Amino acid sequence: MEFLIGITGKDFVLTAADTSAARSITVMKSNEDKSCDLNKHNIMLYSGESGDTVNFAEYIQRNVRLYGIRNGIELTPKAAATFTRKELATSLRSRHPYSVFLLIAGYDITTSKPHLYWIDYLGSSAEVPFAAHGYGAYYCLSILDRYHHPNLTLDEAKDLIKKCINELKSRFIVNLFDFKIKVTDQDGIREITI
Amino acid sequence: MDAFVNRFKETPTFWADEISMLDGFGSYDAVKEFSQPVFEIPAVQNANCTDENSDSECRIKIEHGTTTLAFKFQGGIIVAVDSRASAGSYIASQTVKKVLEINPYLLGTMAGGAADCQYWQRQLGRHCRLYELRNKERISVAAASKLLANMVYPYKRMGISMGTMVTGWDKTGPNLFYVDSDGSRYKNDVFSVGSGSTFAYGVLDSGLDYELSTNDAIELGRRSIYQATYRDAASGGSVRSWEFIGLYDVGKLHWEYCGL
Repeated sequence: MEFLIGITGKDFVLTAADTSAARSITVMKSNEDKSCDLNKHNIMLYSGESGDTVNFAEYIQRNVRLYGIRNGIELTPKAAATFTRKELATSLRSRHPYSVFLLIAGYDITTSKPHLYWIDYLGSSAEVPFAAHGYGAYYCLSILDRYHHPNLTLDEAKDLIKKCINELKSRFIVNLFDFKIKVTDQDGIREITI
Repeated sequence: MDAFVNRFKETPTFWADEISMLDGFGSYDAVKEFSQPVFEIPAVQNANCTDENSDSECRIKIEHGTTTLAFKFQGGIIVAVDSRASAGSYIASQTVKKVLEINPYLLGTMAGGAADCQYWQRQLGRHCRLYELRNKERISVAAASKLLANMVYPYKRMGISMGTMVTGWDKTGPNLFYVDSDGSRYKNDVFSVGSGSTFAYGVLDSGLDYELSTNDAIELGRRSIYQATYRDAASGGSVRSWEFIGLYDVGKLHWEYCGL
């Protein structure tokens, strides 16, 4: 019942995740942050099996940071996504496959372009202009298909996210009442309200 | 003596070159520490030998009959638990201690398999003490709960059943974390765990207020457990509650019994 969404714009990526952490029918926590800052310009949103998500996300985060420390430059979004995908693919046929769904969003400072990668637990990765994970994707992807274009401004993207969230609130049976929305652009990662 | 020292001398300043994810400070790897059983490890054969949903022929039926709760308020943290131990429909004991003192300023609650909770929280106490000796300062609640989560994560899907709240007082004030055997770890101001948790949440959420007085908060905890034991067959016995007041470096604990 978790929902992740990412939208690329002209020079930024807007990402949102719902904030409820539930165990069977009980909501244990309603202000959970389902994202992880990989480095200054890359963010990873995760959902899936409870222990696997945090462990895998922290593992990737620490490795990406280590690369930055060792080499003095930060990993580009494409490299971070490729590394993550490879880790998932290796774990798939191991004793303990990670069952996580990810969105990796980042701003490539070398080419000044935003990137968004959709990665699933089987280790498949796709670069996309917009993406979503979870049942909410069934409602939101069509909205994004209809209204998205490559030169979205931040305000237009915020409106688009609002459309998606409102649709979920009215049509999705599970009440996802709160979302954490973040923007990744050339200045880094920051949380915003819509 | 050397062998003993060598086993424990690993600290963050002693990183080896090749670090796998499980190596290092505070880790616990089954492969290294335990000898392997002669049958196939359950995680390989079927999803979970204790999980009735994935395997109806499961051999071990663990009952999670319990209600535990904890919440933060202006005066500290209230922890309240029931004391019934059930094995199926048989009540094994009405006087179980479900609050475990990990050390004098860290408490852990027990929900799930009693042995699992007791064992892993004893292990956590051991690691916390080692941390204190190595770093000459008390471990934070966040670090202690992370240690526990990392200790049980390698055993995920192998049948551990543990839903615990780690709570205590550290440099940042009172803290409350939920850790369970699936590997999840959450930080929040109020938790209730166990088969009666939904009933307890009802009363707790309706009466919860950060500005409660100490006596009102104790009464809320007691009442929530009582209401849960009234409705949940697997919870009962007596209410045992703990109140945490940390004054500078001194932790003062009160606990009181109250009959149903």
